[in-house]
Amino acid sequence: MFNKTGLASNDMVEALLPSKERREKGAYAIFECFQEIPCNPCSTVCKLKAVKDFENINNIPEINYDKCTGCAMCVSICPGLSCFVIDETYSDSEVMIKMPYEFLPLPEINSNVKALDREGKAIGEAKVLKVQDNKTLDHTNIVTISVPKEIFLDVRNIGLEEK
Amino acid sequence: MLHTEIAIIGGGPAGMCAAIAAANQGARVTLFDRGKRLGGQLVKQTHRFFGSEKEYAGIRGIDIAKILYEEIEKNKLIDVKLDTTVLAIYSDGVISYEEGKSYKRMTSEKTIIAAGAAEKMLLFENNDLPGVYGAGAVQTLMNEHGIVPGNNVLMIGAGNIGLIVSYQLMQAGVKVAAIIDAAPKVGGYLVHASKVRRLGVPILTSHTIKTALGNETVEGAVICEVDDKFNPIPNTDQTIDVDIICLAVGLSPQGELLRQTGCEVKYVPSLGGFVPLRDENLQTTTNGVYVAGDSAEVEEASSAMVEGTIAGLSAAEALGYGTNIVAIKEGFKNDLDVLRSGAVGEKIKSGLKLLSC
Repeated sequence: MFNKTGLASNDMVEALLPSKERREKGAYAIFECFQEIPCNPCSTVCKLKAVKDFENINNIPEINYDKCTGCAMCVSICPGLSCFVIDETYSDSEVMIKMPYEFLPLPEINSNVKALDREGKAIGEAKVLKVQDNKTLDHTNIVTISVPKEIFLDVRNIGLEEK
Repeated sequence: MLHTEIAIIGGGPAGMCAAIAAANQGARVTLFDRGKRLGGQLVKQTHRFFGSEKEYAGIRGIDIAKILYEEIEKNKLIDVKLDTTVLAIYSDGVISYEEGKSYKRMTSEKTIIAAGAAEKMLLFENNDLPGVYGAGAVQTLMNEHGIVPGNNVLMIGAGNIGLIVSYQLMQAGVKVAAIIDAAPKVGGYLVHASKVRRLGVPILTSHTIKTALGNETVEGAVICEVDDKFNPIPNTDQTIDVDIICLAVGLSPQGELLRQTGCEVKYVPSLGGFVPLRDENLQTTTNGVYVAGDSAEVEEASSAMVEGTIAGLSAAEALGYGTNIVAIKEGFKNDLDVLRSGAVGEKIKSGLKLLSC
């Protein structure tokens, strides 16, 4: 199905998650990169060597969660915009997500925006915690949001009210 | 008549890399491009590239063009002829071209043809209505000139170009009503597909366009489902209101100049159409004529850059320049193998097997 729709299934996403213990420790990256394509910037950009070395450039990246700190260097370098950072320890009821964002205008900090799923459908509300748009990010800005715990596995985009 | 050591036709990623590689070995190069600036398709590619660091992975196409241009500009051995269209290559090796408004001729010791590819057209009713665009034209309008083509687009083709241009349209504030593809699967990278899906754009595989609607310009389109033999399935027609129909249905290698040199070509569908036979140095069956990039086979810009480098090194080597070129070339040949070593490269590799000479 995935190669027909471009939509990752819940099983595919859940299989990416680190162990329960690691998830309880704080922020971690996940790569929604399911197809072998010749690409490796996630591995070369990672200063912590948390992305295992590629034997072949077509390999699907693998994260060593003992080393990953959720720093989000991979989020803006990934040409496929497939890297996200998740922090399930953000609060009792909310999860923090860092996502790549290449649209203008940028959302305002502390504003509430629509939480969109992999199909672009609004499935709840997200709060914008942080917007990074520095030069190093080279226009692939990073937006940090918090969303209700129940929907964190599905939220992968935000929708701003059209003005 | 003017004379150059290596004539390179086409200043896109392959031609630019060929020029840099050959001139770095000491050869004098003339680089022809019909555009007003170098870069070919790179100047419209606002997305980050795949590949490895050697092929500038993670950097946007527009910025790669700048990096290559700066290298060319500082190399005194490269003469760049912009706004120059190569018209013909004659059997005695004379290259005729139009530079600005004047007709000129030049001979060369070696020639590298890196003329790129042309977009394919699709047959459907009213496909000549204003509002039916090629994806390349949409990119030129938007990304080079800052003009949006319309308000609501139907994209035909879910290959990388269709997916990327859809994303760029959305970035420019243009709505993409749907991306359709006759194939049962998404042809482009799935990360690109996921990217546009997240924006709410549906991808309808096993769908084709039947008719463009409208009198003066496009006002809509009729699409329908197709079976596994690409035949329309009755009673599946659907009308979509759009003012732009964008075609991203594949590319054909530009082979006119290659054929004028008399080199042997073969029809290989997986490589885009008629493509020249070539040896491992990318020399065609015409002695001294090399090919690189989309003219050789329709593929990614990353491999076009590596091919250009190999062709440039080979031409310089054949003229007696450089030391240790064999080893340097081996490195690049290996890079090319690595880029093509995955599932996506399988199609290219099996096609290339038919072309060795």
